[in-house]
Amino acid sequence: MEIIRNFPCLSILLAMFSAIISSALKGRWARRLNTFVVTAVGILSACTLYFTHVTGKSYVYVMGHFPAPFGNEIRFGSLEAGMALFFCVIMLLSLNGGRHKLRIDIDPAKENLYYIMVDLLLSSLLALVYTNDLFTAYVFVEINTIAACGLIMIMESGRAIEAATRYMIMSLLGSGLFLIGLCMLYDMTGHLLMSNIQQSVREIASSGTYMIPLLVTIALIVVGLAIKSALFPFHAWLPDAYGYSTVSSAAMLSSLVSKGYIFLLIKIIYRVIGFDIFVGSRIINVLFVFGLAGMIMGSTSAIRENDIRRMISYSSVAQIGYIYMGFGLGTPVGMAASVFHILSHAATKSLLFVSGVGLTDVSGDHKEFIELTGAGYRNICAGLAFTAGSLSMVGIPLFSGFISKLLFSQAAVQSNLKMLPTLIVLAISTVLNAIYFMKTVIRIYTPVESKYESVSVKKNSLYAFTLFCFIALNVVLGMCSQPITDWITQGLSVFA
Amino acid sequence: MSRIRKQSEYEKTFAFHFFRWLGGEKDAFVGNMEMKPQEEYVEEEATIEERMKDRQQVMAEVYDSSHNRELLFFNKLYKCFSIVFCIAIVALLVLTVSYLPSVGGADKPTNNLVSETYITDGLKDTGAVNIVTGMILSYRAFDTFGETNVLFIATCCVMIMLMVDEDKIHLNKESNDRGFEPKNDMILQIVATLLVPIVFLFGIYIILNGHLSPGGGFSGGAMIGAGMILYVAAFGFEKTERFFNEKVYKCVKVTALICYGCIVTYYFLTGANGLPSQIPLGEAGKILSGGITLPINIFVGSEVACTMYAFYALFRRGGL
Repeated sequence: MEIIRNFPCLSILLAMFSAIISSALKGRWARRLNTFVVTAVGILSACTLYFTHVTGKSYVYVMGHFPAPFGNEIRFGSLEAGMALFFCVIMLLSLNGGRHKLRIDIDPAKENLYYIMVDLLLSSLLALVYTNDLFTAYVFVEINTIAACGLIMIMESGRAIEAATRYMIMSLLGSGLFLIGLCMLYDMTGHLLMSNIQQSVREIASSGTYMIPLLVTIALIVVGLAIKSALFPFHAWLPDAYGYSTVSSAAMLSSLVSKGYIFLLIKIIYRVIGFDIFVGSRIINVLFVFGLAGMIMGSTSAIRENDIRRMISYSSVAQIGYIYMGFGLGTPVGMAASVFHILSHAATKSLLFVSGVGLTDVSGDHKEFIELTGAGYRNICAGLAFTAGSLSMVGIPLFSGFISKLLFSQAAVQSNLKMLPTLIVLAISTVLNAIYFMKTVIRIYTPVESKYESVSVKKNSLYAFTLFCFIALNVVLGMCSQPITDWITQGLSVFA
Repeated sequence: MSRIRKQSEYEKTFAFHFFRWLGGEKDAFVGNMEMKPQEEYVEEEATIEERMKDRQQVMAEVYDSSHNRELLFFNKLYKCFSIVFCIAIVALLVLTVSYLPSVGGADKPTNNLVSETYITDGLKDTGAVNIVTGMILSYRAFDTFGETNVLFIATCCVMIMLMVDEDKIHLNKESNDRGFEPKNDMILQIVATLLVPIVFLFGIYIILNGHLSPGGGFSGGAMIGAGMILYVAAFGFEKTERFFNEKVYKCVKVTALICYGCIVTYYFLTGANGLPSQIPLGEAGKILSGGITLPINIFVGSEVACTMYAFYALFRRGGL
C-alpha cells in the first residue's frame, strides 16, 4: 500500500513525459500515447482514491530530498484523488467523442502538437489539484493558460484565432492579478507553502496589523481566478472560445480548464486564507451577487442566441454563476454543493457539446436552429444524448443537475439573509434553462422533410459508446448522490 | 329528465354545429372564406439590390461616426471610464503597497527560517556555490521543471500558429515572402564571424559554471540562442541548416527534456521514499560538483537555446 503514495507525483510526471515524447512522434502515435497516458493516470488516481478513502487521511509527499517549507511538496486526500480521476474520465470521453471532428479540423502535420497541448493540460490540472505550494500553483496556471490557447487556436480559422487572442488577453489579466496577490501574500507572511501561509494569516487576522493588504490580496486572488473561470462580468471571452474551437477542445475547456481554476480557488479558500477568514471578509458577498447575476444573465444571453454551440457556451456562464453563488453562501454546506455542481456541470456540459456536434454534423455543419430541425431523427443517439443533457441542465430528477439544485436550495435554507434571493434566482434560472434547452429539444424532434442525410448508429459506434458513457456518468451522479456528497463533505473536512 | 327533440329542431342548435365541426364532417370556413394554397415567396433581384442599398444607407446614417453624436459620446465615455478605472486600480494597488511591510528590515516576515536555511545550509545540501541556482534546481526542482515545460509548450503554441506546410507554400508563391534572405552584408558577416564563436563560448561557460558563479541554464541558453540568431541573420538559413536543421532541433530538445525529466523523477522518488541520492555532490567549487545542478543546467541550457532559435525561425520563415 505504501507504493500508492508515489502515484500522484508519478501521474503528473507521466503526463509531462508523454507531452515531451509526443513532440518527436507522428500524429497517430501521439494520439495513441495520449489515450494510454490518460487511461493510466485515471487508473493511478483511482488507486489513490481507494487508498485515501480507506484511510480517511490526507498525505504530504515531498518532491525531492528537502521537506517543505524548503523544498516542494504535494498533498493529496480523497477529494483531490477523486477530482483527478474525474478529470481523466471526462478528458478521455471528450477526446473520444470529438475524434471524428479532430480529423477534419486539424491539419494532419500538427496533430501531434494538439496532443502535446492535451498532455500538458492534464499535467497542469493534476498539479493544480495536488499542489500544496502557491508558487507551484502559479507555474502550472501558466502551463494551463498556454495549453488552453493552443487548444482553441488549433482550428486555424479566423474566428478561432480571434477567440484565442481574446482568451489569452483576459486569461493573462487573471494570471497577473493572481500573481500580484501572491506577491503581496508572500510579503506579508514570508511563505509560499499553503499550511505555513494559513498559520501566518491567522496571526495577521488576530493581531489586525495588515488588514487592508490582506483584504486586497484576497480580492485580487479571487478576481484573478474568477476571470480565468469566466464568472459573470468577466465572461466576454467565453462564447467565442467555446463556440469556434473544435468540439473536444470546447468540451475540455468548459468542463476541465475552468473547473481546475475553481478547484484551486477552493483550495486557496480552505488551505491558504482559512474558511472563517474568507467568510469574514466582505468579498464573499461580491461573489454571491456576481453569481446570482451570472445565473440570470448567462441564461438570458443563451435564450437570445441563434447558434447551438454559442447557446451551450452561454449556459456555462449561468452554471459557473451557480458555483460562485454556492461559495457566496459562506457555509460548508454551500461549498459542498458547489463541489458537487463542479462534477455535475463538467459531466453535463461536455455531454452537451459532444452530442451537439453530432446534431450539427447531420445538418450540413450548420449551427443555426432552423437547419437543426429534425436532427434528432437523423442522428438518433446524439438526439437522445442531447435530450438527456438538457434534462439534467434543467434539473429533472434522476439526472445530476437535479441533485445540485437540491443541494443549493438546502444550503440556502440554512442561511438567514441569503435564503430568499438564492431561492428566487434559482427558480428563475431553472425556468430560463428550461426555456432554451426545451426549445432546442423540441426543435430537434420536429419532424420535417430534410435535405440532409441521416447517420446510423452502427457507423460510428465509438461516438455512440462515448455518449452512452456520458449519460451513464450523469445518471450515476444523479442516482448515487448520497455516497458522493458524503465523500465531498469528508474530503472538505480533511482539507482544512 | 331528458326529452327527445325533433331532428330538424336539433339541427338548428349550437351543439349540433359544434359536434359536427369537432367530428370533422364540416369545416366552418369552407365556402364562407376565400382560400388558396400558399405561394412560395420569390424575391426578385431588383428588390434584393434595393434592400441592400437601403440597408447600407441606413447603416451609413445610423453609424456615421463623424456625425453621430451618440456614438461619439459613447466612445469618449468609454475612453474616460477606462482611464478612470485604470487609475483607480493603480491607486488602490499603490495604497495597498504603502500598508505592506517595508523592504529589508531584519524583523520583516520575509526574513524567516526558510531564507536563512537557504543561505546557511545551501552549499552543504546542494553542493552548489551559487545559492540561487542550488535553490531553484535542487530545493525547488519541481517548480523549475514546470517552468521549463512552460518554454516547451510556448514553442509548440507558436508552431501551431506560424508553422507553414511546404506544400501550401508552393500553392501561392507570389504572396509568400518568407523565402527571401537578406543580401550578403559584408560588415554583418565579418562581425558575426568574429562574435559568434565568442558568444557560443561565453554561453557554454555560463551554463557549465552555473553552480559556481552567477548565471545558469536559462541565461546561458538564451546567450547561445542569441548567437545562433546572429549567425542566421548574417549567413541565412541555407548555411545554418548544415549544422542545425529540424531533425537536430528535435533530437536536442527531446533528449534534453527527457534527460531532465529522468533526473528529476529519480530525485523525487528517492527523496520521498527516504532513499539516499546516489548522485555525488562533489567538492565545492570544482566544475564537477553540485549534484544534480550541473547536468540539469546543461539540459535547461540546450532547451532554452533551441527555444530562442525556434521562435526566431518560426517568425521569420514559418518553419525550422
